[in-house]
Amino acid sequence: MLEGKVAVVTGATRGIGWAAAKIFAEQGATVVLAGRSNAELLEQRVSELMESYGCRADGMLLDVSDPEQVRDLYSVVYKRHRRLDILVNNAGILEEGLLGMTNTETFKRTFDINVLGVLLNMQYGSRLMSRNKAGSIINVASIIGRFGNAGTVVYGGSKAAVIGMTLSAAKELAGVNIRVNAVAPGFIDTDMVRKLPPEKYQEKIEGIKMGRIGQPKDVAGALLFFASELSSYVTGQVLGVDGGMLI
Amino acid sequence: MNEKLKQIFASSLGIDESLVHDGLKYAEIPQWDSVAHMGLVSNIENEFEIMMDTDDVIGMSSFAVAREIVGKYGVKFDA
Repeated sequence: MLEGKVAVVTGATRGIGWAAAKIFAEQGATVVLAGRSNAELLEQRVSELMESYGCRADGMLLDVSDPEQVRDLYSVVYKRHRRLDILVNNAGILEEGLLGMTNTETFKRTFDINVLGVLLNMQYGSRLMSRNKAGSIINVASIIGRFGNAGTVVYGGSKAAVIGMTLSAAKELAGVNIRVNAVAPGFIDTDMVRKLPPEKYQEKIEGIKMGRIGQPKDVAGALLFFASELSSYVTGQVLGVDGGMLI
Repeated sequence: MNEKLKQIFASSLGIDESLVHDGLKYAEIPQWDSVAHMGLVSNIENEFEIMMDTDDVIGMSSFAVAREIVGKYGVKFDA
């Protein structure tokens, strides 16, 4: 489904990002994995992809909120692969805290990574895509950005911003045949949710109509839809991947 | 390289090459609007195989400035 395509995935070493990298590689794409700090894990992931799927893969350390690092990433992508077709903006952080207990540092840190990071990657990624007059950008938002959740005002705000940026960028980039969509995962089995106390975890599961936690590969399937020609006439959409979760 | 940059400007903005000179400024002709600007940037990056900083994309306010900016990325222009 993705033969000959080049994909960049941020936050690619774990969870949803890693699941996306695997499904893209399985479908024949060259995958560039970007991870924040763990060079050893990144290298291991690149090797895993190449060995398991026989694809081309690269890894780069990337602080998504650093404009120079982001520019360098896309410069390297062009030098090595000569094109970019798919960008998944998955890197993000979640720091929970009640409204009255949230400090400005948490706000700045969260918005730097979750919002500025998406903006910078969309800016540079779309410029590379526009050279071929085609591309698909997929931003990973959250159910919390759509419907809210107590204790996550900052995170919810950042993910609502991601949705707003997705909708506007979709309108701006449609003319150069670059589609921009978002997925809004619900309760997904990642490092983020494993930190929850057992009672809170159970409470979340009870709010899911399908009765189970989502797996990263559930989200990766939606990402593949947006990345591929299956969604060739779809832009500016936010797809909930939440098993019917109510929050 | 000056000629090549002129050609990129002319083809990106849809204007005659004779209209491309150092004094040509962003938004002073209807063809060089913000949408055309992004296409122009994309074509410059593609032709010279560079990746500009966003500040340079925003600051590329004339043909003369564009030549300076492109030069910063190692593209050599005739004296």
